[in-house]
Formats: sequence, C-alpha cells, structure tokens
Amino acid sequence: MLSLLLIILAATFFTGIIIRTKSIASGRKGPGVFQPIKDVVRLFKKGSVFSETTSFVFQIAPTIYFASVFVAMLVIPFGQSKGLISFNGDFIFFAYILGIGKFFSIISAMDTGSSFEGMGASREALYSMFAEPAFFILMGSLALLTGYTSFQEIFSALHLGSSISYALAVMAAFVFLMIAMIENSRMPLDDPKTHLELTMVHEVMILDNSGFDLGLILTAGYLKFAIYGAIIFNLFSGTIAYEYAIPLFFVMQLFLAFVVGMIESFMARFRMNHNAQFIVVLSSVSLLIFFGALLVSGKFI
Amino acid sequence: MNIVWAFTFIPVIAICIIPFLNLKWKAISVYGAVSSIALLTSIVAIKVLLGGTFELTLQGSFISGPIRLQVDALSAWFMLIINFGFVTGGFYGIFYMSAYKNQPKNLTLSAILFVLLYTALVSLCSIQNSFIFLVAWEIMALSAFLSIIFEHEKVATVKAGINYLIQSHVSIILLMIGFLWVASQTGSYDFNAIRSYSLAHPGGVSLQLYLIFFVGFAIKAGFVPFHTWLPYAHPAAPSHISGIMSGLLIKIGIFGILRMLLLISVDYKIIGIIILVISLISGVYGIMMAILQQNLKKILAYSSVENIGIIGIGIGLGCIGLGSNNLILCSLGFAGALLHTLNHSLFKSLLFFTAGNVYQATHSLDIEKMGGLIKKMPQTAFLFLIAALAICGLPPFNGFISEFILYSGLFSLVHSATVVSLLGIVTTIMALVLIGGLAMICFTKTFGVVFLGSPRYEFHHEVKELPFMQLLPLYLIVSLILIIGLFPRIFLDILIKPIQLFTNLHQLPFTSFQGSGIETLLSVSQSSLYFIVAIIFIWTLRKLLLHKRTKTISSTWGCGYTAPTAKIQYTGGSFSKTYSQLFGLLFQINKKEKVVKGIFPAKASLVTYTYDKIEKWLIDYPIINFRHFLGRFLFIQNGRVQSYVAYGIVFIIVILTLTFCNFLI
Repeated sequence: MLSLLLIILAATFFTGIIIRTKSIASGRKGPGVFQPIKDVVRLFKKGSVFSETTSFVFQIAPTIYFASVFVAMLVIPFGQSKGLISFNGDFIFFAYILGIGKFFSIISAMDTGSSFEGMGASREALYSMFAEPAFFILMGSLALLTGYTSFQEIFSALHLGSSISYALAVMAAFVFLMIAMIENSRMPLDDPKTHLELTMVHEVMILDNSGFDLGLILTAGYLKFAIYGAIIFNLFSGTIAYEYAIPLFFVMQLFLAFVVGMIESFMARFRMNHNAQFIVVLSSVSLLIFFGALLVSGKFI
Repeated sequence: MNIVWAFTFIPVIAICIIPFLNLKWKAISVYGAVSSIALLTSIVAIKVLLGGTFELTLQGSFISGPIRLQVDALSAWFMLIINFGFVTGGFYGIFYMSAYKNQPKNLTLSAILFVLLYTALVSLCSIQNSFIFLVAWEIMALSAFLSIIFEHEKVATVKAGINYLIQSHVSIILLMIGFLWVASQTGSYDFNAIRSYSLAHPGGVSLQLYLIFFVGFAIKAGFVPFHTWLPYAHPAAPSHISGIMSGLLIKIGIFGILRMLLLISVDYKIIGIIILVISLISGVYGIMMAILQQNLKKILAYSSVENIGIIGIGIGLGCIGLGSNNLILCSLGFAGALLHTLNHSLFKSLLFFTAGNVYQATHSLDIEKMGGLIKKMPQTAFLFLIAALAICGLPPFNGFISEFILYSGLFSLVHSATVVSLLGIVTTIMALVLIGGLAMICFTKTFGVVFLGSPRYEFHHEVKELPFMQLLPLYLIVSLILIIGLFPRIFLDILIKPIQLFTNLHQLPFTSFQGSGIETLLSVSQSSLYFIVAIIFIWTLRKLLLHKRTKTISSTWGCGYTAPTAKIQYTGGSFSKTYSQLFGLLFQINKKEKVVKGIFPAKASLVTYTYDKIEKWLIDYPIINFRHFLGRFLFIQNGRVQSYVAYGIVFIIVILTLTFCNFLI
C-alpha cells in the first residue's frame, strides 16, 4: 500500500524533472516540474477525435494499457512493506501483465490503418520481445542470490555484503534503467521529442489518440518510470527504516530522473537498425549478473 | 461390458445409416452419435478422475490375444479434452460444412469419417493391446487423411494430404517396430508386456525402445524436425478438421509419449533432457517460422509446433524432476504439460474456427489480402482476439496459467541446482520468454493485418458475419478459456490423479499441490480479477466523462498527406520485415523480383515466400538424392515386354532353387 502511494507521488514529478533537466542542460529555463501533470489534466477535460478507420479495439486499448500498468504497479513492494499483490513468482505476473498492455497498444496502432503507426507497432513488438529476456534473467539471478521468488522477499533478503554484490547491484540498476528506457521509449532507443514520424517508435503509435485516451497513455508512461525507479530503489534499500527510506526513495527517483534527462541531453539516438543489437547487449549484461550471482552464491567451485 | 457394446454400436449404426439420410438428418445423426459417445466416455472418465477404476478384458482373436481396455487418470484427462473438442468442433463443423451443400456425396464421406476419427481417437486412449492400438491408430490416420482432402479437386490439397499420409505412416512404421520388438521378445501384445520387458532390460535397451516410440509419436505430435506435415495439412483441411487436428489429433502424439513414459522404465533424467532440448527447439523454431507466413492457417500450424514445444518443455521438466527425485519439479512439469495440452486444444481450435469464418467470408487465407474485417465480422474478430491473447500466454487467460506453472517449476529449482543445470534452467527460461515475445509479434501481426485497418483487397462478394449458431460453440470455448484463467485451482485439482501416475513411478509421495508453490495460483487469479476490475472501472469512468464531450470522427493522421489509400498500410510482410532481416540466417526467404529500370520502366513486381529450411535439408534433399540413386536402375524398367517376362522367369527360378535347397524357412 505504501509503495502504491509513493510511486504515484514520484510519478507526478518524474517526467517533469526529466524535461527540466533537459531544458537546463540546453540553456533554457523550461516548463515547471508539474507541467506534464497539468497537460494530462487538461487532456482529461477534452473531447476526443477518432479516426474513421478505427474500431472498438482503438477505443478500449488505452484503458487496458493503463489498467495493465496500474496492476503492475500494485506488485511493486517498498522495502519491507509488500505491494498490494505479492506472491511467489509475482515478477512473472508483472512482466506478463505489462505484456497485455503492450499487446493492446500495438493492435490499437494497427487499427488506425496508418503506415506510420504500423511502423511503430512493428518496432515496439520487436523491441519488447528483445527486452524481456534481460528482465527475466536478472530476476532469475536475484532469485538465485536470495533464494526467494517474489519481489518483496527478494528485495528484503538482498544484502549487499561483498564488493561483488555491489557491482551486481549497480549492473542490475543499469539493466533496470535501460529496460525502463525501452519500456518508455526514451533515448537512446527512441526520441520522444523527434519531429519526424519515420524515426519514432512509441510516439508514432499514439498519433491518433486524443483527449481522455491520450491522457491515460501519458499517465501510464509517467507511472511506468516511477515503477522502474521504485524497483531500482528497492535493489539498494534492504532493511532501511521507513523514516530514512521514504526520503531516500524520493532522492533516488529525483536522481534517476536527472540521469535520464542527462542521457537524453548528451546522447544521440541510435540508428534504428542498431537498436536490436543494443537490447541484446542488455541480455548479455544480465547474463553477466547471472554469472556474478553464481560466484556469490558459491556455485562455482 | 455394456459400455463397450454401446461404444462400438453407436458409431457402426451411425455409419451405416448416414448414406441414406438427407443432409439435415445426416448432420443430426453425426452429431447425435458423437455427443452420445462423448457423454458415455465422459462419464467413465469423470468416474476415473474421481477415484474409480475402469478395466475390462475382451476376448479378442487368436492373432491379437486378449484385448485389455483400461481407462486410467491419464487416459481420462485426454478423453475429456477430446470429447470437448469434438462436441464443440462437430457443432461448428455442421454449420461450416453447410456451405458445401451441393456436394452431397462428399459430405456423406466426411460425415462418416468424422465419426470414425472421433471413435478412433477416443478408443486410442483406452486400448492396452498394441495390435489393436495399431489398428485404431491406422483408422485414425486414414480417416484424418480422407478428411484433409475434402476439397480434393485442388491439387495442393491432395499433395498436402499425401504428404500427411506418408509422414503418418513413417510414424506407424516406427510404432510397429517398437511394438513388434516387444511382442517378438515376450510373445504378448499386451501393454503390460512392454513394462515387464523394460524392467527386465534396463539401461540402453529400454532407452532405444523408448526413443523409437518417441520418434513415432513425435511425428504425430509435430515436434521439430518432424513437423513438416503440419503447415501443409492444416491449411488444406476444412477448418473444423484443422481445428480438431491441431487441437486433438496431434495431442494423441503427446498422449503416446506420456503413455510410454509410464510403461517403459528408463533413465528419466536422460529422456527428460532429450525431450527438453527437442521441445526448446520446437518452441522457438515453430513461432519464428509462424511470424513469416502469409497463409492464415499456416501461421496457426506453425504456432501449433510452438505450443507442442511448450507442452514438451513441461514433459521434459517433469521427467528431469522424476529422475532426480524432485517432487516439486516433477509435479509442476507434468501439471504444466497436461494443462497446456488442454489450453492449447481450446485456443488453437478457437483460432482455427475463426480462421474458418474468415475463409468462409472472404474465400481466401492470404492475410495480405485482408484488413478491416473487424467492421464486417465483429464477433469473429472478438473471438480471434481472445484466442490470440490466450495463446500469447497473457493474463487473465488460460495460457498464462500453464506457462506460470512451468516458470514456477523452473524458478523453484534455481537455488538447489548445480552450475550445469542452472545453465539449462536459464536457457529454458530464456526460451520460454522468447517464445512469449515472439508469439506477441506473431499474433499482433496476424490480428492487426487480418482484422484491423482498412480492407486491402476488394472482394467481389459480400463479406459478412456468420450466423450466431455457428459462433455458439466458439463462445463456449471462450468461456472455458476464461474459467481456466480465473479459477485454475479446479483444473489443477483434477490433474492430481494423472500426475500421481507419474510420481508413483519413483514412489514420490504426491497427494496435492500443497507446498509446491502453486498456492500462489490463487493470488494469480485474484490479481487477474483486480486487472479486470481496473479495466471495468476505468472504462466506466471514460464512458461517464466522454458522455457529454464532443466526439469527432475524422480521417487518420496522414502527416499532411490527404489522399491515403489502403495500400499505404503496413502489411504482414512489412510488419515482420525488421525481424526477418535480423534472423535472416535462420530462414530461407525466396524472392522473385522485377526491379524498376530505365526511363520508362515496365511493370515491376516483388514476390517473396518463405520456405522451411529444416524441410529442405531433412525432406527435400534426401528425396532428391534418393531419386537420383534410384534413377540408376531405370534400365531395368525399359518398357520391353520380353525383359519383363524374363524378370518373371528369373524370379521363379530363383525361388524354386532356393526352396529346393531349403534356404527358405
């Protein structure tokens, strides 16, 4: 329950901080931190425009996408306190429930019959296919390290003792951050601020969404960032008491948003056909973590 | 005894009277026969699953020896799956076949074959005599062959049928070798003889025997590399037959593999690893090929190969668990496999039936010609969508449950495993995840291209939704898919008895799933319910908020381009282009291209089609080489009658000489 509140709170400023960081890095003042939320509220108040090509799939897809992200959020714990949903293997559920949201966002893009959106859909399907093994290997290694198979138990049993385990945690944080970037279609895989449809992935899929539906999709994106931020925080939190953990959580989220903003400011987007290779690299890094976990748990003689 | 009589007489009577009835009564009698047998056998199966027994011995002939019939929990589980599949498939089939009213003879034959196929499949689950088993197996293979070539005026259909016929007979030969091996050693055709023979000859002999059976059944089940008949047979057959073939017929191969595991005692660890490796390859290869296909039913056929792979992963894990006396892995592996067998039979038959609807509406299976069907056939589109979500293993549908069980089994093993087995576990997890991701590409592509967007091709006839009665069985399947997805415990409790058969092989004490981490399924279904509640809540909110707002209908965003045509849409081929380039090495994609050249270019064209590399190397090349080799003996067939007479005389002389010298016998 605690995690739910904290993630929602973090989601209100996460994207704002990214945008602010980017503005300052490029020498502008930039909009306020809560501007994204204001945008969404404005969208919620608007009417909608639907393409004549679309069907009920297009209408219901944003709802399902948002619901999937929302339910995925319920799985995330906060330090010692469980998420609303917690059971053995809940991270499998987490990945698959996000999967159904993705399924619907892909088919809703195809529903418009636009060539751009078809392109985005094809890319999204391919990238998410590549990103998933990294997540599962990573969680598998953490399960191996701790002997548990649910988010909350894994994170509360994760003691960072030796230097190897610190290295592992840093690498894991890197992988989670990159998965967050892929899931949210940010740099270096996709540029949310690009002006050309041909080079978009996620943005092009939602070209035809408007009003309430677009608001839902954007909110889901903000939540997704905060969810992955919370997972990364959990990697390090261990058994810290709440009075320190909660401020630390916000510091961590701010820091992550700052990092994302810096990456976006100082890195160019990869060439489209190199993206797949980059994502495979992620799986390799998580395999490294797996071997590190083998080392730590003493399976290698 | 009465049950057996009823079981034999109902189909015989049905087959005898069907030719003399008019079309309506033909349908009624076929369906009546199928559903009455289904009722009969379901009662037996349910009794067995509740703890009863069913075993009786028929006298048999002097060739076969006494024929033992036994329904154990494993047979009962498969019988129930087959019954449900045939009851729904038969109902759908009646309406599907009514499009062929003008071919009454053909319909008579297909009605008779439907009853025969069903009877053979159900009886295969209970026959415990290898001689009779082979007879029933042959009846099943032949009736399936004749059902496939229903549209025999098409050359491609007959070719596909013959391909199936030959491959299924290779399977029968292997089974025959296996059964005769045992029979010649023990003098009995009874299945118990197989058990006693393998107990007397442990180690290598049993392993060889098992592998012969495994390959025989794997051809039927469609494991890679024995899958090549599937992508031909499924598109050729009428849709209710393809649904039944993919949902049930190939499952009898799985049944055979499981049955032989119970009979032949081998080193389960080795067998488990073999099955696991083959299944991993089948799973990944099947879905990778599925993405590239353009024929709707070929996509589904390759996806069957993938799902057989998932079932095989479960069997493999179960065997490894059995071999290493790991109760949790054993029970979860077999539970995943058996549940996925049911799940796959549900969503795959649903997919084939909806593909049949599409075929009836458009008279085409080429997905590149479709698009926008959701507006004309909303119910079919909805049903296809549910099946597609289920086959991708997404919650809250049934596919997720069986995959979750397999994942739980794998993760339960993580802390106790050694380095080598951990590598195996990681590979299996990666493969399962990849299968999930690839399935998502495959089915978003299929659903998107077939049903969404705007029509890519103008059909010269009206495309319309099918009557509700034809869709009724499909809704029944959807409801079962949802029930399994939301209340999996019911089905797992039924599975306890079949799994006990396997755990008993090593005297592992298995009475319930308590303690194997499967209690979490309760939480899974709870979370799925949260998800549904969240959707309903947001949807209602959206309805309320948008109620009074302006709602504008406009054209799709065209980036300034104001005259879009349906041709600028992404096609199936373009959707999977990046993917097929990335994995280009694995596929053979043939291209026929006429490029644009010169100042006044002529008409350009590009045709691509995918060919199965495994088929090329394993089927085509050997056949070409064999033909080449046989071509050397063409001089014997020289067309001169004199030579042929001479061959006859030489043959007779040889036989006579051999007989005189007592070389024969």
